[in-house]
Amino acid sequence: MELNASLSLVRPEIILSFSALALLLLAAWMDQAGRLISILAVAALGAAAALTVSLLGSGSSASAFDGLMVNDAFGNFSKLLIYIAAAVSLTIAPRFLEKAGAMRAEYPVLIVLSCIGMGVMVSATDLISLYIGLELQSLSAYVLASFVRSDGRSAEAGLKYFVLGGLASGMLLFGASLVYGFAGSTNFAAIGLAMDKEVGLGLIFGIVFILSGLAFKISAAPFHMWTPDVYEGAPTPVTAFFASAPKVAAIALLMRIVLEAFGSQVLVWQQIIIAVALMSIIIGAVGAIGQQNLKRLMAYSSINNVGFILIGLATGTEQGIAAMLVYLTIYVAMTFGGFVCLMQLKDKDGNYREEFSDIAGLSKTRPGLAAAFAIFMFSLAGIPPLFGFWGKLVVFNAAVAAGLLPLAVIGISASVIGAFYYLKVVKVMYFDDAVDVIAESDDKVLVWTGGILAAANSPLGYFAIPVLGVWTAVAAKALF
Amino acid sequence: MIGIEHYLVVSSILFVMGVLGIFLNRKNVIIILMAIELILLAVNINLVAFSVFLGDLTGQIFAMFVLTVAAGEAAIGLAILVIYFRGRGTIAVDDVNRMKG
Repeated sequence: MELNASLSLVRPEIILSFSALALLLLAAWMDQAGRLISILAVAALGAAAALTVSLLGSGSSASAFDGLMVNDAFGNFSKLLIYIAAAVSLTIAPRFLEKAGAMRAEYPVLIVLSCIGMGVMVSATDLISLYIGLELQSLSAYVLASFVRSDGRSAEAGLKYFVLGGLASGMLLFGASLVYGFAGSTNFAAIGLAMDKEVGLGLIFGIVFILSGLAFKISAAPFHMWTPDVYEGAPTPVTAFFASAPKVAAIALLMRIVLEAFGSQVLVWQQIIIAVALMSIIIGAVGAIGQQNLKRLMAYSSINNVGFILIGLATGTEQGIAAMLVYLTIYVAMTFGGFVCLMQLKDKDGNYREEFSDIAGLSKTRPGLAAAFAIFMFSLAGIPPLFGFWGKLVVFNAAVAAGLLPLAVIGISASVIGAFYYLKVVKVMYFDDAVDVIAESDDKVLVWTGGILAAANSPLGYFAIPVLGVWTAVAAKALF
Repeated sequence: MIGIEHYLVVSSILFVMGVLGIFLNRKNVIIILMAIELILLAVNINLVAFSVFLGDLTGQIFAMFVLTVAAGEAAIGLAILVIYFRGRGTIAVDDVNRMKG
């Protein structure tokens, strides 16, 4: 295909690349202009998101750069979600980072760079472009995790994330090299063709390594051990970013590689995905019970949710993929809501608090915040009529339709265990004696973001179902 | 005659050594960085060997990309290590334990 035609298919990435470089240049001259550069970065993400919207409803798909990347409804839906999540994490960050003395211009630049990587990840149809996208995202994320240099916990989070992320990339790459050797190509479609005939031991090893590497990136059990430490140590806006955009990108990448490259041999990967999904759900639910730190709690909650999302992939059907995308969208809204509430927990001296003991009796001192937090917790637990219930419903529905009844039954039972710690947060806020450490929030941006997300997670969210249903159905179709 | 299986055995041994280097090493974070490099080099041996035996250049191009990214990864790893050392004054693996649970 002609170069110009290829370039026009990756316009969102081109816009983001040029704006990242321009913003970095701007940052070199105006080193205190973190806020201005954040606003410009949000504008660039908005422009990139606008380009993806036009293709959401259409089933067209075009391959770019000789099959290295593809521009289809699935990639565009994931990109839209990623860009919105990144823009939100830029919007909520300035106050927090200023307090830590770290509102430098590199923060928006790194987020934009990471978004380019994620855009490449979700539209990659070749092992090489997959690796480049994944590394661009990961390398930016390592720096973001240790962004508050003066805070020892942040540096330690960055170090742990780097070591385990490097190991995950290594495993993924080792798998990629085996798949390349035994299938004879790095292109997903060609790998799919080679796997049609028979799958030897070498290919199975390759698939297992690739799936383990990706399980690391989406923090699915048994490769989840970095998540609580990194989520606790990283600055809260960065944690909110980690829990949303990179997770969407890695799960979308997992869906694409499993269905396009390994799609003809469902039995090879289905058991692995089922085992990983169940372990994530159970470890996420049980591990959260003893936690005292709310950020660690959110980390286990994200492990738990990844398990539910993977149930959709285990079905291997179009309905299952559409359900996963619906769940992912709702999950991003829920998680962001939870972190926006966490970021409003400041005491009277302006220090951020993140322990269970700090939110005791919050409903008496800060009723609005407590109500919003309760909505997000109920929604994460999947309690009707909140919007989180809908995500679980469509995923389990797809599992039952695909004949995976035992998986659905175990999943639902484990979600009851998970409900325990979500409800514990609500109980501590509403029924414990007030300790009154949390001061009135002075950050209007956080209050408004929290309010909007709470409305989206409330039953009002059901109004989005018709649009979301069409977009996810078209996106899922692109993979089959 | 040296066949593809010999290359695969060497690269597998290197890969396993790299993984063990990350988990068994209790002394120094720098050794972990070296272990990560070892893993990536094992992958490169795989890619180049397959490329030659398949008669297909893609593997060698892939290896170039891996080398480039490995350089960037090492730079970022060392940078993070430097800010970690500034805060804690040590890079012993056993001391990386401020967060637990």
